[in-house]
Amino acid sequence: MAVKKFVVGNFDDEAVLFPAVKKVRRAGYKIHDVFTPFPIHGLDHAMGLRDTSLHTAGFIYGITGTTTAVSFITWALTVDWQLNFGGKPFFSLPAWIPITFELTVLFAAVGMVLTFCYLCQLAPFVKKDHFNPRSTDDTFVMALECTDKTNEAEVIGFLESIGAKEVKVDYKETGWWLGRYDKDTKRFEKKAEAVH
Amino acid sequence: MALLRYESQVRPPLVDGSKDYHQVTEDICRPVEAKPSRLWWMGFLISVALLIFGIVSVTMEVMYGTGQWNLNKTIGWGWDITNFVWWVGIGHAGTLISAILLLFRQGWRTGVNRAAEAMTIFAVMCAGQFPIWHMGRVWNAFFVLPYANTRGPLWVNFNSPLLWDVFAISTYFTVSLLFWYSGLLPDLATLRDRAKEKWRKAFYGVAAFGWTGSTKHWQRHEALSLVLAGLSTPLVLSVHTIVSFDFATSVVPGWHTTIFPPYFVAGAIFSGFAMVQTLLLVTRKVLALEDYITIEHIEVMNKVIVLTGSIVGIAYLTELFMAWYSHVDYEWFAFKENRLSLSSPYGWSYWLMMGCNVLSPQIFWFRKMRRNLLVTFFMSILVNIGMWFERFVIIVTSVYRDYLPSAWSTYYTPTIWEVGFYMGTFGLFFTCYFLFSKFFPVIALAEIKHILKRSGENYKEKMDEVEEETTEEFGGKHGHDHGA
Repeated sequence: MAVKKFVVGNFDDEAVLFPAVKKVRRAGYKIHDVFTPFPIHGLDHAMGLRDTSLHTAGFIYGITGTTTAVSFITWALTVDWQLNFGGKPFFSLPAWIPITFELTVLFAAVGMVLTFCYLCQLAPFVKKDHFNPRSTDDTFVMALECTDKTNEAEVIGFLESIGAKEVKVDYKETGWWLGRYDKDTKRFEKKAEAVH
Repeated sequence: MALLRYESQVRPPLVDGSKDYHQVTEDICRPVEAKPSRLWWMGFLISVALLIFGIVSVTMEVMYGTGQWNLNKTIGWGWDITNFVWWVGIGHAGTLISAILLLFRQGWRTGVNRAAEAMTIFAVMCAGQFPIWHMGRVWNAFFVLPYANTRGPLWVNFNSPLLWDVFAISTYFTVSLLFWYSGLLPDLATLRDRAKEKWRKAFYGVAAFGWTGSTKHWQRHEALSLVLAGLSTPLVLSVHTIVSFDFATSVVPGWHTTIFPPYFVAGAIFSGFAMVQTLLLVTRKVLALEDYITIEHIEVMNKVIVLTGSIVGIAYLTELFMAWYSHVDYEWFAFKENRLSLSSPYGWSYWLMMGCNVLSPQIFWFRKMRRNLLVTFFMSILVNIGMWFERFVIIVTSVYRDYLPSAWSTYYTPTIWEVGFYMGTFGLFFTCYFLFSKFFPVIALAEIKHILKRSGENYKEKMDEVEEETTEEFGGKHGHDHGA
């Protein structure tokens, strides 16, 4: 598997990170990703990420649930097996509203969570790497992807100038997930030496 | 001699002895004309005695009803359904805190939502036990699911509130679990990254699903949380509404009322918050998390308790008024004789409910009481006892005297096994809670960090010096130069 080179800057304050993201993008560097311990509203826009369509997916799943419930109950009680409840109409929609509602919510919730896990590639036993374990604690980690033409020293100097506390060069495997989380993150550096 | 009909010689004679017509008359009239024998008198008197006993019995039945026969099927729901509704009610606070308060942008929810959500899930697990084991033939429990079966195909009755309950409770459990666990992912990742022991790395590595904290992932995570909160809000209201339909759509006096859905939902929030108080007062003390679950959290939850307790109180008075105002004899009887009357077998439970749920929470109008941990703890227990008795009153006082006064003689008391089952769900609940509080972060870590700069004490002190700016504004200012 190919190994990619990154310049990784660590920030200890989101108030420094915001302008840094802006400056990095203006300077024309490609941000691979920013890893943060908690959600920072507006950072996605600052990085130029498009809005997520997860809401739309949730809506579609919900409608699917509604349709499933109404059409299935209609078929079961009016076509397949008509049950006479005191002469009431077979098609008794008001009595089906509770189940229709529940299935709408169930389909939307389950569908959205599965979609979320699929899009983010999250699942049990999936291992990923995020450059700095402290990015789930108190550090905001910005990873810039390097090409053959990248002048590492220049990028490192630039990141330091915009407030990064600790900047280093890192190598990660590529793939549908980036690298992998493992007990020893250093093993990727050994692999990287082979590429050099 | 001309025979009227030929009789075969091989058949045995039907009249033995050589009888003529007169002899036949003599033989058959003799017992009627003679005095009755001693044997006859004995048999006759026994028969008459039995007949008289029968007439007296039927007279008793006409006078006092079929209950004289102990025909009695009044109490089909006892502790089991009481406990079911009680646990489901408790399971409402978590989703209320995490979903509704998220939509209302109540910052204080971050301190308590994770533990409250866990509590919700465990409470719903306990609640689910009761209808399942109440089925009796529990191995047929899957009959409640609408699947293509070999019985007809006979579908489940989609028009029945009991089936609505199946869908409501299972959906509620699933969605609460997904909401809770998706919120836990980032915090589990934190534990994974801090882990030093091998088993910890393995355990949290699996549990965290490979969460990295990537900005795109956070963006989707936020969208997911918001939509799940939006879905959970009507869901949590629907669940206890549907539970109340189990009662409200029946024609049992005391159940057949339209006030039940809002009344049940308010009661659920009331008891749920009481249980949250009970658990968190202990949790914050034992785990030394007083800085996160602060006295402010306790106070604001006590405000919710006094509000919902008063709503429940108004509901009690409204249904009482409606029972009287409706002029329905059965309805009024259920309230006046079965509940209000202290001389009736269960009158005490109605007044216990009133005292615990309506009167006692009123002390939370006083700030000093709201901020007193001991009073809060005592009240939280009292409220849950009261809310248990609310369900007991609704169920048992309505069914132990139904339309058929013949069946009234029974006084329902639970058996040791009924009580044991209830105790067992406490075991389930607290076992889960102990495991949760040991292996999972009881406070939403990422969410606390998210509000830290807004609401942290050290940051609040600095606020005077800092120019006020929300993160949204901040992001907006620095974020919209895509072409750069």
